[in-house]
Amino acid sequence: MTQHNRLTSGGRIDRSTSMTFTYNGKSYQGYKGDTLASAMLANGIDVVARSFKYSRPRGIVAAGAEEPNAVLQLGATEATQVPNVRATQQELFNGLVSSSTNGWPSVDTDVMGMIGKIGGNMMPPGFYYKTFMFPESLWETYESMIRKAAGMGRAPRETDPDIYDSINQHCDVMVVGAGPAGLAAALTAARGGARVIIADEQNEFGGSLLNSSEPLDGKPAADWVHDVVQELRAFENVTLLPRSTVNGFHDHNFLTVHERRTDHLADIAPAKMVRQRMHRVRAKWVILATGAHERPLVYANNDVPGCMITGAVSAYINRYGVVPGNDLVVMTTNDYGYQAALDWAAAGRKVVAIVDTRSVANGDRVEAARQRGLTIITGSAVIEVQGSKRVTGVSVAALNASGTQIVGSVTKLKADTVASSGGWSPVIHLSCHTGSRPVWSDAVVGFLPGPTLQKQLTAGGINGQYETANALQEGLEAGQQALAKLGLPDVELVLPKVKTLNMAAPMSLFHVPHLKPTSQAPKQFVDYQTDVTAAGIEIACREGFEAIEHVKRYTAMGFGTDQGKLGNINGMAVAAKALNKTIPETGTTVFRPNYTPIAFGAIIGRNCGALFEPERYTAMHKWHVEQGALFEDVGQWKRPWYFPKAGETIQQTLNRECLAVRNAVGILDASTLGKIDIQGKDAREFLGRVYSNAWAKLPVGKCRYGLMCGEDGMVFDDGVTACLGENHFLMTTTTGGAAHVYEWLEIYHQTEWPELEVYFNTVTDHWSTATITGPNSRKLLEELTDGDVSNEAFRFMDWQQITVAGVPARVFRISFTGELSFEINVQANYGMAVWEKLIEAGKKHGLTPYGTETMHILRAEKGFIIAGQDTDGSVHPYDLGMGWCVSNQKPFSYIGKRGMNRSDCVRENRKQLVGLKTKNPKQVIPEGSAAVLDPNGVKPLSIEGHISSSYWSETLGRSIAMGFIKGGLDKMGESVFYPLADGTVIEAEICSPIFFDPKGERQNV
Amino acid sequence: MLHIYCPHCGEYRDEEEFHSVGQAHIARPLDPEACSDEEWGEYLFFRKNPRGLHHELWVHSAGCRKFFNMTRDTQTYEIKEVYKIGEQPTVVVQLQAVSGAQS
Repeated sequence: MTQHNRLTSGGRIDRSTSMTFTYNGKSYQGYKGDTLASAMLANGIDVVARSFKYSRPRGIVAAGAEEPNAVLQLGATEATQVPNVRATQQELFNGLVSSSTNGWPSVDTDVMGMIGKIGGNMMPPGFYYKTFMFPESLWETYESMIRKAAGMGRAPRETDPDIYDSINQHCDVMVVGAGPAGLAAALTAARGGARVIIADEQNEFGGSLLNSSEPLDGKPAADWVHDVVQELRAFENVTLLPRSTVNGFHDHNFLTVHERRTDHLADIAPAKMVRQRMHRVRAKWVILATGAHERPLVYANNDVPGCMITGAVSAYINRYGVVPGNDLVVMTTNDYGYQAALDWAAAGRKVVAIVDTRSVANGDRVEAARQRGLTIITGSAVIEVQGSKRVTGVSVAALNASGTQIVGSVTKLKADTVASSGGWSPVIHLSCHTGSRPVWSDAVVGFLPGPTLQKQLTAGGINGQYETANALQEGLEAGQQALAKLGLPDVELVLPKVKTLNMAAPMSLFHVPHLKPTSQAPKQFVDYQTDVTAAGIEIACREGFEAIEHVKRYTAMGFGTDQGKLGNINGMAVAAKALNKTIPETGTTVFRPNYTPIAFGAIIGRNCGALFEPERYTAMHKWHVEQGALFEDVGQWKRPWYFPKAGETIQQTLNRECLAVRNAVGILDASTLGKIDIQGKDAREFLGRVYSNAWAKLPVGKCRYGLMCGEDGMVFDDGVTACLGENHFLMTTTTGGAAHVYEWLEIYHQTEWPELEVYFNTVTDHWSTATITGPNSRKLLEELTDGDVSNEAFRFMDWQQITVAGVPARVFRISFTGELSFEINVQANYGMAVWEKLIEAGKKHGLTPYGTETMHILRAEKGFIIAGQDTDGSVHPYDLGMGWCVSNQKPFSYIGKRGMNRSDCVRENRKQLVGLKTKNPKQVIPEGSAAVLDPNGVKPLSIEGHISSSYWSETLGRSIAMGFIKGGLDKMGESVFYPLADGTVIEAEICSPIFFDPKGERQNV
Repeated sequence: MLHIYCPHCGEYRDEEEFHSVGQAHIARPLDPEACSDEEWGEYLFFRKNPRGLHHELWVHSAGCRKFFNMTRDTQTYEIKEVYKIGEQPTVVVQLQAVSGAQS
């Protein structure tokens, strides 16, 4: 294939560096400096997509972020697939692989296109709502079909091989856009000593100057750009970010900048390079110099490949040395449109005619076109285009003065390219991200940034200042304003001289009339990407959608990945006309981040894989891993779940671990329990206010179990608190609840009872806890301690400061298994050493490590609750049968007291925690099963409660369960039934939840 | 992302260091036992959701761990002031002084 649209000279491409790329499996050549789009146009590729709804062939329309059609799939391998890449923004690299995302079997011969042609009139706006709503159950099927037909691109099915990261940045001035205004602003701010970041989405700075043939200071504009960039680079206080799109302007001057560092180099980032980086910038001042997007005009068949915007035609010729056709017709409402014709003619190709919708045209550019001998047809418009996969000709007719009607006869012209300009729309997106509403300007014929709370300045095209001289001047002034606001000295900056062109006023025209009414004329597209036509918007308005946000949702206007950059203003104009309102009365839709699509990788940065969420390990973690433990996630902690031996099933492991504890001794890593150090003369009073039981008389050296309730009276956490000194306590919490309990204590202290002298510190990580439990635990401890741990010297619920394995330890004689137990707490960095000593010494005592699953079984055999498993925010202590843990003698109305005495909390028949024994002892009821009284009763059956904990107890040789039953504490011995999903029913007897050692003798030995 | 001045640290920090706790100035009744169920329910569950000025309780959870109050515009996200627990806001909704208006 040859690049038959490529000029032999000119442009900012390197003709000596050829690059090969593929599009839909075919190989093509381009040059270094090309975008994928410019290379495709150079090769004469007309059709780049099939449209969303009608499957019409579509070509490249624009040259930048606003491109609606050339949205391609990239990637040479499955893992490197990237959807939604605008070919106009993708730099060409050698070996680039691209494909169109829709069309079947291909974009050139497409089956859906036939349906689109025949069925076009059967697919009105709201078509999907109207057609695919019923039955609702089929929506998922419809959706997958629609998605396939719509061609949204696809995500890779394999893991992304690239890495991404993010960086926090701070600056005095963030300049968005490096066109003439942005460069002048950045240079001014930099010279004044401000810390400046300037970002631009393109690979080169210069913005519109790169696309233009207009000289600065009598030299090519690129020379001035080069000088400015060189000077900016020399500043230490300036960061230049090319290939970086400022995608979001968030509250309080926070901006997210998406930098593509290697997307222009290769399919996969070269070794050790970060593919994309998110800059999270907090700027004192933001200067938006984002420029403007040209608006195409809306006319019949304006989507046939070959229909473009005039600025894009100039950009392809001047920047890339590509003329995207042979015979050009320009249609314009303003002087800027003439530039495309002038550039086209200068490139040596034929300008068929310039069709100006204004009756009089006399600006400098118009004059230049006349002098060049180009045909100018005034007071007329291209009302229709001929062709299907490429423009073959146009129909031109005269318009009335307001542009609402055709007044003359139709002339047909042969052409293969139509460039239209309806004027320019300022790129106000970022200025709207924080909620500012844009303001319509009749002079600009577009929306301008509205009032904002952000520290924001604007310059150039975003203000409707499209002439280079004005943009430069506004940039300078914005830079000076920023310096003044920052209290920095003003600076001198001599702007380059630009010829000021005499401009005639533009005409306010968006939608070109046709001989037929809009509803019967050939399709006049407003939004290419979502196939929204002028007729569709009129129908939406006629069907009663008056608010522009509703019109948008009903027609899907602006819903594409281009977010309506090209079509929205035209759509609002069509809606305004249909509703008999002005554009400002109709209003605009809301712009939200992101400005252009962004890879998920760039959002997540390094926080993926193992770094997705922090993992917390105890000091003994390595030992557990070496022993082949399986782990359970509890909050961020990795806790050993169970320690299987070779060939064991999980149940065999659990049985072995349970029996070891009951018959010998087991060891559990309990380091993850939350630990909060509480000190101060009012610590004891404070505990009495946050726990439901009494703390006034707990002596030093003793431990006590406590329940923590919310103000509603419902249990949310529990744990043992030890009295370390008269004014010093150590509170333990559940592993998952530690952070919440800590904040709970702080909020009550800081906001309700600041008069209490009490201090909290979270010390969870400071301690390692090895719990040894079982009849042999004392014998084991005795071997390693200097303390007297006999039953007489060290009572149940005591704690003592002794040494274990030569290390100072706080040992708590408390039990979560019902067995004789010692919880050995040592400074965390000694944790592993002490653990290993215990393991070594424990061998002859039958010491067996166990995990959380065995811990759960052992505690359930004793009827001990687990907060969060046997509580769900709707049970108070009495519901749990734990009235013994509630003190009504305390003078202060502790948290939960008033709540658990509400009328609903003291009523009869509340769900209460009970034990449940299955009639068949071998059956284990699944946790979560619902209880009914009569499984054969009239459906729907009344639910009496549910199972919260259920296990096989090897100790007891039967299943055990804990669960809630309405009025359960008064129903001991009665039967309830658990119907299962498979249709079977398990019968169980209500009993005490204490299945094992009901008198609690074993922990007291 | 909000930029929040912590009145305890004396610095502006990013929102991700903070945690919003809800409406400020919800005082726990001094004598809960004297409250009716309805009054207790009011204290527990009912909160304002204004469009505009709102007084909120925040905590510098990944910083000094101190709680403080903030007057914030829920529509524009503008932070009007931050002030310590126990202090009263200076920026408050001005009730329109219309003659004959209901209280």
